[in-house]
Amino acid sequence: MALLELRNVTRRFGDLVAVDNVSLSIESGEFFTLLGPSGCGKTTVLRMIAGFDLPDAGRIFIGGKDLTDAPPERRPVHTVFQSYALFPHMTVAQNIAFPLKMARRPQNEIHRLTDETLQQMRLADKEDFYPHELSGGQQQRVALGRALVSRPQLLLLDEPLAALDAKLREEMQIELINLQREVGVTFVFVTHAQDEALALSHRIAVMRQGRVEQVDEPARLYGFPKSRFVADFIGHINMFDAEVMEAAHGHTRLMIPGVGEITAPPAANAAPGTRGAFAIRPEQVRIGLNSEVAELKNHFPGEVRNLLYSGDVTVYKVHLVDGPMIEALLPNSAPGRAEFFEVGDTVRVGWRHDAGVFLHE
Amino acid sequence: MSRKAFIYLRTARRAKRLAAEATVQKWVVSGPPLLFLLVFFAAPGLIMVLASFRYPGEFGGLAPLYSSDPKVLHGLALETYGFFFSDFIYTEIFIKSFLVALATTLICLTLAYPLALLIARSEKKKRDLMVLLVVLPFASSFLVRIYAWMILLGPQAALSRTLSGILQLLGLAPVHLLFSPFAVLVALVYVHLPFMVLPLYTNLEKHDPALLDAAQDLGASAWQRFWRVTFPLSLPGVFSGSALVFIPVLGMFAIPELLGGTGDILIGNLIKEQFLVTRDWPFGSTLSIMLTLSVLACAWFAAKLGSRSRHHA
Repeated sequence: MALLELRNVTRRFGDLVAVDNVSLSIESGEFFTLLGPSGCGKTTVLRMIAGFDLPDAGRIFIGGKDLTDAPPERRPVHTVFQSYALFPHMTVAQNIAFPLKMARRPQNEIHRLTDETLQQMRLADKEDFYPHELSGGQQQRVALGRALVSRPQLLLLDEPLAALDAKLREEMQIELINLQREVGVTFVFVTHAQDEALALSHRIAVMRQGRVEQVDEPARLYGFPKSRFVADFIGHINMFDAEVMEAAHGHTRLMIPGVGEITAPPAANAAPGTRGAFAIRPEQVRIGLNSEVAELKNHFPGEVRNLLYSGDVTVYKVHLVDGPMIEALLPNSAPGRAEFFEVGDTVRVGWRHDAGVFLHE
Repeated sequence: MSRKAFIYLRTARRAKRLAAEATVQKWVVSGPPLLFLLVFFAAPGLIMVLASFRYPGEFGGLAPLYSSDPKVLHGLALETYGFFFSDFIYTEIFIKSFLVALATTLICLTLAYPLALLIARSEKKKRDLMVLLVVLPFASSFLVRIYAWMILLGPQAALSRTLSGILQLLGLAPVHLLFSPFAVLVALVYVHLPFMVLPLYTNLEKHDPALLDAAQDLGASAWQRFWRVTFPLSLPGVFSGSALVFIPVLGMFAIPELLGGTGDILIGNLIKEQFLVTRDWPFGSTLSIMLTLSVLACAWFAAKLGSRSRHHA
């Protein structure tokens, strides 16, 4: 039995279908992320789980109970808001004790749990401070502590890291992963930042225009996107129009206009004549002067047009002869000074026969 | 002179000139209001303080400061202050006035709070219209509005007749709404309500709606959300609104004069009486000074409470 289940949930705002027939099943203890560009409906899904918005159709089950129409204060769900929404007239300790007071827990229990949470969130020395006296990271920890102190079944996080600077964001990501493992509460996290989603989640649901495009583990989502949108939204990818020539056991032969025939991993429902796209990550593309790349199943001549050196890696943009541009990412980890191809160099571009993925139209 | 020294001197001169300009600007801006306050507030205040230490003149006004005739009272004395404290009736009127002001403030607060909350939580477009409606009564003269209440509460008005009719059915004596403490309180509340609504609205409008969402999310009922979040955050508005109602009501004399009965006098009436009827200027001045001091004490108290709650907000 899943802890949280959305069954065919739909939400309309006038003519706009913000959430379109979404079904999700989230297990207890999971770190689940709703990922998508702004306006894809992910925040609306979150608000419906929290109870701030009601679906026009469909049901929401939490812990096996149908809580579709229950008000927010009656749900075993707490939210960490994007703006943190800390109570400015209460101290850190009073903020954290708030949900316990609302639940009318006994006084000694309130004290014990508040102290425990203050310790856990490394806020023990800040308990008498007011929110405006804290840094962004500390405010974030108060918001997390306040939402977790009464151990809800489900914690919803609405882009909680968006307001932090890059360095602090990375620190908080690690803290979030550890915290979730420690408290064992199921997290539902909303973000538009794909790197954040990949780094934090057990599973990710990619949303687009109110629909769920794909639900998968981060590595599968990155390696085996099921649609052009997912492939493009997550990480960088080279994408070419392609047509299936031959579907054999163990591999597929594809025709890419302007490039030629290639060998790709097998794809489902890819009968000869099927049109779609071939997508391959830049780090799977190799470039070299000749021999080493020529051993690969797929290789083509090309000319370096641009290169972007960024310390650890270099990104090359190579123009395939008579064809499109392809991006290749090479690590600069060879011993000694890294060797670069220069703009204008003629190189060979290649990739393994089991690299890349065929995407249906 | 070297070029460097020249530039240095020029910069220094320029800084001096700018500083002088800033001083002039400061005086140009703050001078007129300062002058106004000196002439029309500080000076009369000082005259009143002096007047309170003098004797009343034989035919009203003030007795001379010096007279060669020993039969004529002259010089300075604390007599009026002694008089104020010797008869409890004056303290009683002060206490009564404070209670009336307090009652007006509390009634205004209970009436204004829901209204301010309603306005603050309406759509932006509707809010401006509603605020306009709140201040609309100011478009007509204060006295005209008080006379309107005389008609509304008068014995011939529908309200009095209906009430008396009901009471008669129950076998009770008819009521007289006009010239009663009730009429005074109704008009005081009516006149001062906008002064409570506006500061409350200004405060409530700034509240972050996410705070209420957070409180609800964390298990707070509607009642708890109000008492634990909205109300404590609105305390600065409550205090400034209360000060804006309480202080003017203390000095009010027109409303009790026009709508109150003979017994319903407040400090304001007492002071007016001393100057215009009894013509005992020193005692009138003494009463005014006592009132000013009490109001200042209240304002200081309110500011202190307000700043404490503002610190948290």
